[in-house]
This record gives sequence, structure tokens and C-alpha cells, in this order.
Amino acid sequence: MAACSIEDVLAKAEQDEAEKLRSITVQKELDLEFDIGNLVAYDKNRIDIRQFREQKKDDFLRSLARDNTQLLINEIWKHPTERVEEVIVVKLPEPTTALPREKPPPKPRPPTKWEEFAKLKGIQKKKKTNLVWDDVAKNELHRLRNIARAQKIKVPGVGLTPTAQQSTTDLSRAVNVAKVSTASAGKFQDRLPKEKAPRNTGKKRKFQPVIGNFSSEKQRQLDLLKVMDSKKPRLDVNKAVNKQMREDDREESAAKFRKGGKKGRKGGNFSGKGKGGKGKGGGGKGRAGGKGQGPPGGKKGAGKR
Amino acid sequence: MKQYGGVIKPKTKRAKRFLDNRAPKLTENVKNAMIMKGGNTSMTVTQALKDIYALKKPSAVLYKKKNIARPFEDSTSLEFFSKKTDSSLFLFGSHNKKRPNNLIFGRLFDFHVLDMIELGIEKYNSLSDIKSSKCPEGTKPMLVFAGDAFDHENEHKRLKSLLTDFFRGPVVPSVRLAGLEHVLHFTALEGKIYMRSYRSLLKKSGCRTPRIELEEIGPSFDFILRRTHLASDDLYKTAHKQPKALKPKKKKNISHDTFGTKFGRLHMQKQDLAKLQTRKMKGLRKRRGPAAAAVVAGETSLKTTEVE
Repeated sequence: MAACSIEDVLAKAEQDEAEKLRSITVQKELDLEFDIGNLVAYDKNRIDIRQFREQKKDDFLRSLARDNTQLLINEIWKHPTERVEEVIVVKLPEPTTALPREKPPPKPRPPTKWEEFAKLKGIQKKKKTNLVWDDVAKNELHRLRNIARAQKIKVPGVGLTPTAQQSTTDLSRAVNVAKVSTASAGKFQDRLPKEKAPRNTGKKRKFQPVIGNFSSEKQRQLDLLKVMDSKKPRLDVNKAVNKQMREDDREESAAKFRKGGKKGRKGGNFSGKGKGGKGKGGGGKGRAGGKGQGPPGGKKGAGKR
Repeated sequence: MKQYGGVIKPKTKRAKRFLDNRAPKLTENVKNAMIMKGGNTSMTVTQALKDIYALKKPSAVLYKKKNIARPFEDSTSLEFFSKKTDSSLFLFGSHNKKRPNNLIFGRLFDFHVLDMIELGIEKYNSLSDIKSSKCPEGTKPMLVFAGDAFDHENEHKRLKSLLTDFFRGPVVPSVRLAGLEHVLHFTALEGKIYMRSYRSLLKKSGCRTPRIELEEIGPSFDFILRRTHLASDDLYKTAHKQPKALKPKKKKNISHDTFGTKFGRLHMQKQDLAKLQTRKMKGLRKRRGPAAAAVVAGETSLKTTEVE
């Protein structure tokens, strides 16, 4: 019947398990103590002297050793293993038996002259981070700063910092930015009854579809070729050069202001004169450099247009 | 800059590295053993010393010449040798009429003798007598100490500690499972100590843990315990002092249960439970509009009827 067969199956399974474990189980009166960190096992069971005398000594010792080693191996196999370069390795814990050291523990070294001086002065060790200033990022940062200064906008927010006279466009821009800065990017923000949807949202750059109007694409390519053919230069050299010079001047004056700000406090009278003289000389050099660099700088500006 | 207390101040980087290796450290090197012969030795003793040298191979030095010294009376020459070779374990073999086939196992602390135990060889089978394939040199052996004498008697306890120190090899964080081949088994019975060395074969059993079969390889000794010179209790205590830096750091705010569950402690500021930010279920929100107005009107009408 079904019930009997289930019991049979379970009994058989148990028997199989017991068989499997039988080969590695060892019966002992007292459990052994292990120090796996040192791969040591301590067997405190009393040894039957009569049995020892009956058998051949070596055989008795060998069987005793086999049993103890089996128990030690069972204990070692309980620890976590890992695979290191195609080899299975077991991670051993710290050794537990206290063994004497071979030399006394090291004495703390006497402080060096610098260490004593630092302690006296109260100088603390400062850890240096391994972050390095990125040169490319520096250029980008300066460019953005110049733009902000030229257009008198503060860099962090668009219209978020209130100035004295704010135009409607500024205010509307501020409102739009505030609306979008919620956790769901302004998707669930209610609008006032007569408020219009904000313009200029969506993609900032529009690309032509890959396969669209063939005639318009052809026209565009031909126009481009015509422009490249024409002898007239596409960029206005004068305008480009003036722009570059203006940028250079601005940067120079900013640097002068910074330097003047830091040293002016301490220097006093003479430094001002020195600054003036240096500044003039620097300006002349800068302008000449600007002229030389005009065309390449200008081309950059034209491309952006 | 470290003060080199010894005679030599290092002038090259190599010399400095050499001296730093021998200087006291937080985690120490493997203990080196020096194996030497006394004034008079027998064939058994020399063979025994060679075999034990083979067991302890990379971290042992075997001296070929005889040293006329008596460790139990005068240990200055031993200490001198230990300083020269940076060894803190020694094995001194000798043979005379009063003490035939004598081996003295000993260890040093700070280049002074800590413990010395004298064992006499009663029966000995050397490595070459037992014909079988041997374990490779440098395998970390498994040690087993059997017999209740190792637990009850003071001298046997020290002997157990000394033998562990002698034979354990380098302390490693992990061991290759297939490389657990060598077993040294010490049995203390009726005042005698039997040392046997086996090679363990890991056989397939039904489950993950293998079945062990042993094959006798190495030297087998039947020792009898003779004289001992054990360290005084306070010297023994000083030798066991571990530097503070080695103690495991206690992690704050973590505690363990009796069941082994790990508990952590978080320190929070005071929270107003009424104003906690929980999940917003849009359906459960209060609705503004005609539906809500109807509900409110219904409620108020109910109230008025009750009053009446």
C-alpha cells in the first residue's frame, strides 16, 4: 500500500545516510578538543592499557591515530573553504593555544626630533587626498565664470537669486525652475488657472531625421559646398580678434585684482606702484599675444556661432 | 630611526633588512630550531637527529660537529649559538652510560633558556627503515596528543606545549585541503611517550568529508621522560605577554546575544511621530470637489438630526 511504501522509502533513505556517515564517524567517550589554527587535536580519553598490551603496540597506536585524525579532519572540513587559483583552500581561524613568544614584544621607539618639535608646536599630521586638479576642467570652469561675470548672472541658479529689478522673463524663468525642482521633476505640480505652459522645454538641439525629406537634405549639402567654395571668408577676423583681446584683458584684470587683494593689505605703499608698472607691461605683452593668436581663437568662436 | 642595540649598526639596506628581520616584532617569524650533538653520541642519536631535522627542514639548522656542553648545567654556549642563528628552539642529542640515547628538547625566550625537557629513546625506527613514499618537505603537519597524562600532569603539559611549538611550522591563514598529509601522533601511556608519524590518505566517503586512511612513514620513537628544567611561573608569564596592538579591536555599539545573534545600536535624534513621512497612497487621500462636499454635507445633516 502507499503508506507502507512511503515508510519504506524513508527508512531506506535514513539507512543510506547512516551508511554514508558511518565511514567517517568515530565513537569516543569524551569529545576531543581542537585548535584548528595550529591543526592540533587533544584527545583526553583514557587509553585501555589491557587492549594496548594484547594487540601489537603499533597496530593499536595506528588505529587510535586513525580515529583521532578522522575527528580532526571532520572538524577542519567544517570550516569555510574558498577557491584560490584552481586550488581549494580552507580558511583557518586564529590559533587558540597560548605559546610563548620567542622575543619580548617590541618597545616603542623614542620620538624623532621632528616628532618632538611637532608635539611642542601642536602640529598635526594632515593627510593628503589623492585628488588631482584636472586641467581640462579648469578651462571649462574659467569659461563659465567669464560668461557669468559678463552677463552678470550668478553661476549657481538661473533666476534663483533675486536682484533689485527682475523682468517678467526672469521671474517666469525662476518660477519654471522652481516647479521642475521637485522629487518627480514637476510632473504633478498644479498650474494656476490662467498660467500658460512654459516654452522652450524639451530638447535643446534638434536633429534632422535620418531618412526624411531627400530634396531638403540635398539642398542643404549643396549649400554647404557652395559656402566652402566661395572665396569670401566665413568668419569676421576683426570681430574674432577683438573678442579674444577683450577676454584676455578681462582675465588679466581679474588676476591683478586677486593679487592686489591678497598682497595689498600687507604691502602698503610701494607694492601698489610695482603692481601698476607690472600690469602695464603685462597688458602690452598680452595684447601682442592676442593679435598673434587672433585667427585660431577667432575660428573657435565662429564655430560656436 | 630605530636604535640598533647590538654591536653592528647597519650601513647598507640589505643589512638593515636583515637586522629588522631578527628584531622583536609584533607578529613573529617561524621559530628556528638548532639541532646539535653532544660530547659523545651513538648511531641511534645521530640518525634520530637527522630524521628530526628532515621533519623540520626549512626552519632548522643541523650542526655536524660535536659540542662538549651540558645544557642542564651550563647553557651559555646554547644561548650564544641561538643568538648567532636566531633560533629559539633547540634539540641536543647525547649518549653516555648513565643516560643512553638522550635527546633534550628545549626553547628559549629572548635568547635565554625557558624550558628544557630530556627524553630518552627506548625504541627507534628511522625514516630509512620504514620503506614508503614520504611527504614533501615543509608540509604543515597535523598534531594529535592522546592520553590523559597530557592533561593532568604538569610536566606532560609543558611537554605538550613544547612539542606543539617545535613541530607546528609556520602559522598560516589558510591551508590547501589536499595538502593535509602529514600527521604526528603523540601518546602518553604508563610514563612513556610514543611518537608516530603517518601520512594521511583522503579517501572518498559518501559525503563531503573524506575518510582517513593512515600509512606509517616517518621516524617512530618510544620516549621515556627523564629530567626537566621548566621555567618559573613569572618568566613563563612574561614570555606569553602579547603586545596590545595584536588584540582585536572592539567595535563600539555592537553586541552579541547568547544565541550568537548580532545586535547593533543606532543613536537617533528625537522624532515627532505624528509628522513622520510615510508612503503616500493616492487613493486614500482626502478628495476635494463635489464628491467630498456631498460626504461633508451628509455628515453635517447626520449631526443635526442627532441633536434634534
